[in-house]
Amino acid sequence: MTAITATSVPARARSRTGVSRRQWVGLLYVLPAVAFVVVFFVIPLGMTAWMSLNNWPLMGEHAFIGLDNYVAILRDTRFWNALRFTAYYTVIVTIAIFAVAFPLAIFIEKPRPLTNLYRTAFFMPAVVGFASASLLWSWLLNVDSGLFSPAAFDLGLTEKKVNLLATFQPAFWSIIAMVVWKVAGFTMIILMTGLQSIPQDLQEAAVIDGAGPFARFRAITLPLMRRTLALALILSVAGSILAFDQFYIILRGGPRNQTLTAVYWIFNQSFVSFKLGYGAALSMVLLVILVALSLIQLWLLRKPEGLD
Amino acid sequence: MAEAMSQGRKATFSFARHSTGMIASLLFLAPIVWTVLSTFKPAQEARQPPLPPWPTTGFSIENYQTLNSFGDGLWVSAQNSIYVSVMTVLLSVLVSVLAGYGFSRFRFPFRDLFFVLILSTIMIPFQSILTPIFLVLTKLGLHNTLTGLVCVYVTLQLPFSIFMMRNAFDAVPREIEEAARMDGANNVTMLVKVMLPLVWPGVVTIALFAFLGAWNEFLAALVLMTDQSKFTLPVMMTALQSGRFGAIDWGAVQAGVTVMMVPCLILFLALQRFYIRGLMAGAVK
Repeated sequence: MTAITATSVPARARSRTGVSRRQWVGLLYVLPAVAFVVVFFVIPLGMTAWMSLNNWPLMGEHAFIGLDNYVAILRDTRFWNALRFTAYYTVIVTIAIFAVAFPLAIFIEKPRPLTNLYRTAFFMPAVVGFASASLLWSWLLNVDSGLFSPAAFDLGLTEKKVNLLATFQPAFWSIIAMVVWKVAGFTMIILMTGLQSIPQDLQEAAVIDGAGPFARFRAITLPLMRRTLALALILSVAGSILAFDQFYIILRGGPRNQTLTAVYWIFNQSFVSFKLGYGAALSMVLLVILVALSLIQLWLLRKPEGLD
Repeated sequence: MAEAMSQGRKATFSFARHSTGMIASLLFLAPIVWTVLSTFKPAQEARQPPLPPWPTTGFSIENYQTLNSFGDGLWVSAQNSIYVSVMTVLLSVLVSVLAGYGFSRFRFPFRDLFFVLILSTIMIPFQSILTPIFLVLTKLGLHNTLTGLVCVYVTLQLPFSIFMMRNAFDAVPREIEEAARMDGANNVTMLVKVMLPLVWPGVVTIALFAFLGAWNEFLAALVLMTDQSKFTLPVMMTALQSGRFGAIDWGAVQAGVTVMMVPCLILFLALQRFYIRGLMAGAVK
């Protein structure tokens, strides 16, 4: 992902005119891709920046208003609440995902009987879409027709059927459970590749030197997995900051708008209230956060110097 | 004696490992199995909590049948989803095979710039440029069309799939190409007849990711498809689950979820090694 520099074609001695005409053909090959990216990504990106400086209703004329949208953001407490909630969710869900995925990765790392079967089973929810998973869990979490509340009631754990989605704490933790179920297998595979890349003889040498499992984990596994850990961490953080499907489908931002995420708030402003310019300004804020995160990622994933 | 002890310990370890594995597998699979089983209950029973998950008052496909009676029907959304996913696969494979080949085998002006431009789009969340995408599609006359949605999905796939394809072409030795060129193959026959079979695993991988991405995408479809006849399955099912068509029929919702999940699960099980390869390529590089 970070190998952005393209240095695959070895520089060869060539005459300046003869060969390069043949090389120009390459431009034709990449042109469709570049066209897609320009039309559906670069231009919209530029438009977002421009729109954020305008009052831009769905119908009628838009008017340039300078930085007014950004000034309005500063006073938009609901956006800051959404951002704060998104950050809170991101921290909790990332910890939860790692707490489940890391033991699973260690569990399936070595080829033993049935390991492939377990790995496939753990991974299955990861190929189901977020929307499908959210619809599925919105049913499991439903108070009347679902699974959890009625089951708890039938087992005598609760005195009446509790609506898990009616108050913040149970609703929030239900989402965490659903996301961990859905994503842990994915993170597990990434962590597994990191574990497998650690040379076996290093571990064996440490065993001979009398290092216990915990010492080996701290002194060998963790440092040698730095890049993998960073990658899994960034993927989880970036995915969580952009969370939308599960909060929209299961909670509709409720209870009492307490689970509106940043993307959800932008969606509301842009496509429910149709304040397109303001939505664009909010998008720019989100975009800056994500780009900053990507830059941190590039730094964390830099190739180790020497043996690190 | 000592041997028997260590064998006993081995057996205990193995037992502990397999029971952990079984229980964990069960936890991950249970929600999926629970849903699929309960869709075969008669509508009346499907309204009750799924205890037990399997049908107790007779096997029925009623839930799948009622699904077709909401709005424009399940079948229309399913067709839309299939169309969007298949087109996304075809178009993104075509575009990224060409681009991967171009980036791998030719030196032309701005090559590195274009490559960095395409790859760097993964840094920027598409969620933040949805409004302008909506406006661009309107300008192109693709507003509220499945083709417009396909264009967006293809663009989202490109950084990953072009990166994959360029690496796949890079791994093909140049001698093969030079030999084929001696035999008089031109660029296009070379790509289709000689190179494509050699990078086929990469093609399967990017096709699989493109399909899953398009089939499961929700936010862009929700925003860009405003007409009910253009809804993809996730948007349609969410409309149903939100009670847009009257009282929520959970049996029908679960039937819809099953229709959405099963193709992904089958494709993954059939093409697992290509999927893992894709993840590894993303993780290692």
